[in-house]
Amino acid sequence: MGLLSLAVWTPIAFGLVLLALGRDEHVRAVRWLALVGALISFLITLPLYAGFQLETSAMQFVEKAPWIERFNVNYHLGLDGISFWLVLLTAFINVIVVIAGWEVITRKVNQYMASFLILSGLMIGVFCALDGLLFYVFFEATLIPMYLIIGIWGGPNKIYAAFKFFLYTLLGSLLTLVALIYLYTQSGGSFDIATWHKMPLSAMAQNLIFFAFFAAFAVKVPMWPVHTWLPDVHVEAPTGGSAVLAAIMLKLGAYGFLRFSMPIAPDAAREWGMFIIVLSLIAVVYVGLVAMVQQDMKKLVAYSSVAHMGFVTLGFFIFNPLGVSGGLVQMIAHGFVSAAMFLSIGVLYDRVHSREIASYGGVINTMPKFAAFSLLFSMANCGLPATAGFVGEWMVILGAVKYNFVVGLLAASALIFGAAYTLWMFKRVYLGPVTNDEVKGLTDINTREFIMLALLAIAVLYMGLYPRPFTDVMEASVADLLKHVALSKLP
Amino acid sequence: MIDATSWMAVYPEIVLLVMACVIALVDLLVTSPKRTTTYALTLASLAGVALMHAMYADAGQTLYGFGRLVVSDPMGHWLKCFSAIAVMITLVYSRPYAGERDMLRGGEMFTLSMFALLGMSVMISGQNFLVLYLGLELLTLSSYTLVALRRDNGNATEAAMKYFVLGAMASGFLLYGISMVYGATGSLDLSVIFKAIATGQIKQQVLVFGLVFIVSGLAFKLGVVPFHMWIPDVYQGAPTAATLMIAGAPKLAAFALVIRVLVEGLLPLAVDWQQMLALLAVASLLVGNLAAIAQTNLKRMLAYSTIAQMGFVLIGLIAGVVSGNADHAANAYSSAMFYVIGYVLTTLASFGIIMLLARQGFESEEIIDLAGLNHRSPLYAGVMAICMFSLAGIPPLVGFYAKLSVLQALIASGQAYAIYLALFAVIMSLIGAFYYLRVVKVMYFDEPVTATTVTADADVRVVLSLNGLLVLVLGIVPGALMTLCAQAIAQMLVN
Repeated sequence: MGLLSLAVWTPIAFGLVLLALGRDEHVRAVRWLALVGALISFLITLPLYAGFQLETSAMQFVEKAPWIERFNVNYHLGLDGISFWLVLLTAFINVIVVIAGWEVITRKVNQYMASFLILSGLMIGVFCALDGLLFYVFFEATLIPMYLIIGIWGGPNKIYAAFKFFLYTLLGSLLTLVALIYLYTQSGGSFDIATWHKMPLSAMAQNLIFFAFFAAFAVKVPMWPVHTWLPDVHVEAPTGGSAVLAAIMLKLGAYGFLRFSMPIAPDAAREWGMFIIVLSLIAVVYVGLVAMVQQDMKKLVAYSSVAHMGFVTLGFFIFNPLGVSGGLVQMIAHGFVSAAMFLSIGVLYDRVHSREIASYGGVINTMPKFAAFSLLFSMANCGLPATAGFVGEWMVILGAVKYNFVVGLLAASALIFGAAYTLWMFKRVYLGPVTNDEVKGLTDINTREFIMLALLAIAVLYMGLYPRPFTDVMEASVADLLKHVALSKLP
Repeated sequence: MIDATSWMAVYPEIVLLVMACVIALVDLLVTSPKRTTTYALTLASLAGVALMHAMYADAGQTLYGFGRLVVSDPMGHWLKCFSAIAVMITLVYSRPYAGERDMLRGGEMFTLSMFALLGMSVMISGQNFLVLYLGLELLTLSSYTLVALRRDNGNATEAAMKYFVLGAMASGFLLYGISMVYGATGSLDLSVIFKAIATGQIKQQVLVFGLVFIVSGLAFKLGVVPFHMWIPDVYQGAPTAATLMIAGAPKLAAFALVIRVLVEGLLPLAVDWQQMLALLAVASLLVGNLAAIAQTNLKRMLAYSTIAQMGFVLIGLIAGVVSGNADHAANAYSSAMFYVIGYVLTTLASFGIIMLLARQGFESEEIIDLAGLNHRSPLYAGVMAICMFSLAGIPPLVGFYAKLSVLQALIASGQAYAIYLALFAVIMSLIGAFYYLRVVKVMYFDEPVTATTVTADADVRVVLSLNGLLVLVLGIVPGALMTLCAQAIAQMLVN
C-alpha cells in the first residue's frame, strides 16, 4: 500500500471503526479515538512533503491497479504540484474540526466524528484520483457524510439546508457523469485522465464537455449566480461542517477546473475564458457588496467565501502563471482563513447561541485572548500583508493587471470591500463597550479552543510570511498545465 | 426416450420440485407456531439449489434439453442462482412478520415460495414460448396465492384480487401476441422463430402486430408505464412478506423472460421493439419518479420507485442494436442484467427493514414510521440509508454502477437520441434522489416517536446486516459481478 492509499483509507478505516464500536455511553473514548485517527491520518501525509520532488510536473507517488476491468477503470492515484497542498490541507483541517467538535457535540458523537473522518478520506481521494471514474466516485461520495452532518447536527432550518446542498450539487455532478461517459466512449474505452488530456476533440464536443464540467464545478466553487446554496447551508451547518465545507469542499470544484475543464477542453476554456472572468468579477465585486449588508455572521463569511473563490477562478482563467499559482495559493490560504473564521464564530455561538451581529458588542472586554485571534483571522480575511490571505490575492491581482488593466482594477477593488465587510463586522462584534448581559458573562477560550485557534494562526502567519514552500511546489505543474492549455486540441 | 443431456439441463429444477413436495408433506407433521423445521428445510433446499446453479454456471456450458424446449446456460444459471438466494433472503425476513400475522398456520408460505421459484426457473430456462408461458403462470399463480395468504385482511384480499385480474389480462396479452407470432412463423421455438424472421420472408405487419402484444404483456410483468397500475396497489395492499416475494426475485425472472423472448427470439425485430421500449422507459422514468414524490406510504413509494428503476433497465435493453448492427448487444444487455441484480439486492434489504420494524398489529409502512430510526438502532438505519443512497444512484454503492453501466451502454451505442435520453435519465434520477433522501431524512434528522428498541432474531439480524454490507461492498468492488454478467450475456448471444 502506497502513501496516498494510506492517506485516503486511514481516516476512512478509523471512521468505520467509530461507527461500528462507538456508543454515546463511552464518549470520551470515542473522542480520543477520533483525534488519534485524525492525527495519524495527518502524520501520514507529512512524508509526502519530504519525498515530493519540485523539479518535475509529472505525477508522483503513483499507484495503479486494475479496479473494474470490464470498464477499464483503474485505481490510479498520484500527486502533482496542483493537488499536493490540498491533500495536506485536508488532513490538517480534519484534525482541527475533530478538536472543534470535542465538547460541543454531545449527541451521536461517534457518528459525528466518523462522518468527518470518512469525509476527509474521500476528499483526499478526490485530489489524488487520476482516473475519471475514481474521481467521480470520491467526488459524489462526499455528499453523503456532508448531508448527514448538516441534517443531524445542524441548526433550526437544517433539513432545508441539507436537501438544498445535496440536490443542488447532485444536479451539476450528474451532468458531469454524462460528460465522463462521453469521454470514455470517445477515447475508445478509457477513464484515464492523462489520456483524456491528450485526446483531440472537436470544438462542439469541447464546448459541451466544458459546460458539463462547468455545471458541477461552478456549483461546487460556488460561482455567481449558482452560489445561492452556500449561505443557506453555512448558516444551518454545525461549526465543523461549515469549516470543512468552506475550507475544502469548495476547493473540490476549483480543483476540478484545473484537472478537467482546462486541460481536457483547452480550446473551449480559452474561448469561454472571458465568460468565467466576468462571472468571477461579479462574485468578487457584487457578492462582496452583498456580504457587507449581512446581519448574520455566518452568512457574512459565507458570502465572503464566494468572493474569495471568485479570485481563484479569476486567477485560473487569465491563463498566466501568476494567476494560476495565485489562484492555487488563494485556495490554500482561504482553506486556513475561512476555517478559522467559521471556528471563531463557532466559539461565540457555543456560548451565546446566536449568530446575529447585533447580539454582540464589546466581546474584546470579556474575551481578550479570543479577540486577538479573531483580529488576526479578520486581517487575513481582508488580505493584510504578512497574512496568508495577502499572497494569493496579490498574485492574482498582478496576473490580472498583466492580462487586462480593467480586470485587474476590478479585482483589486475586492481588497477594499473585503476590508470593509470584515473589519466592520469585527468592530460591531468585538470593539466598543459591552452591550448586553450575555456578552458580560462570556468566559475566554479554554485550552482546547486555544490550541485549535493557535494551530490555525500559525498556519496563517507562516503562509503569509514565507509562502515559498507553497509556491515552489506548484511552479513546475502550473507551467506545464499552461503550456498544455495553450495548445489547440482541435483535430 | 429422454436423453441424459435433457436431465442434466433441468436437474436443479427437479431437485427443487421434489423438495417442494417433500416439504409440503413434512410440514403436515410440524406443529411449532414458527414452523422452524419447515423453515430450516426450505432454506437448506434452496441453498442446495443455489449452489447447484452456481456450479452449473461456473462450468460455463450451454446445453439444450427436451428437443430445445429448455436451455441451460450461464446466464440462466446465474439468474436462477440469484433468484434462489433472493427467495431465501425473502423467507428469512418474512418468517417473523408472517408468524405475527397468522400466515404460518400452515407451511404454505414456504411451499408456495418454492413453487414460485420453480416457475421463475422455468421462465429463465425456457426456449419455447409455451414453456416460458408455463413458467410465468406457475410463478404468478403462486404469487396470487401468497398475496391472498392473509385471507382475513381486507387490504390483502383486495390486492390479491387486483393482482389476479390484471395479471390474467397481461397473460392474455402475451398469449395473444405469441399466437400471432406462431401464426406468422409456424413455430413456438425461439431459435426457429429467430431464423424465420431473419430470412425476411415473413410478413412484417403480422409480426409487429404480435410484437406489440408481447411487449405489452412483458411490460405488465415488469411493471412499466403505462402497464404499471397494479404495482402500487399490490405493493401497498399485500402483506409485506408477499410484497417482497413479488418485488424481489421475480424481477430477475422477468428480465430473463424479456431477454429470451425479445433477444433470443425476436432480435431481428429489434428496431421495432427498441422503439416501444424507449417510449416505455421514458414514461416509466417520468411517472415513477414524479409519482413517488407524492407518496407518504413507504411501500407505495418503493412501488413507484420500482417503476422508475425498471425504466432504467429498459434503457439498457434499447441500446443493443444500432442500425441493424448488434455489436453493442453484449455491452447493453449485460448492463441491464447488472442493473436488475443490483436492484433486487437493494430491494430485499429495504423491505427487510420494513418487515423488521413491523410489529404485531402495526405495519410500519408509512415513511413517518421510520422517524428517528438512527436513535433506536444505528445499524438498521445504516442499512436502510445505504439502500436509499444506492437506489438514488450515489457512489460508492451498487446502484451507482448500475446506472453508470446502463448510461454507458446507451451513450456507447451512438444513436442520435442517446445523449438526450441519457440527460433525461439523469435529470429524472435527480428528482428520484429527492424522495430517497427524504427517507434518510426521516430516519436521521427527525426525532423518534417511540423509544422502543428494535429487536430481531439472530438470523434476520445477520442476513440483513450482510445484505446491507453487500450493497456497499459491491459498490466498492463491482468488477467481479460486472464481468460475470458480461460473460454470461456474451455466451447467451453466441448460442
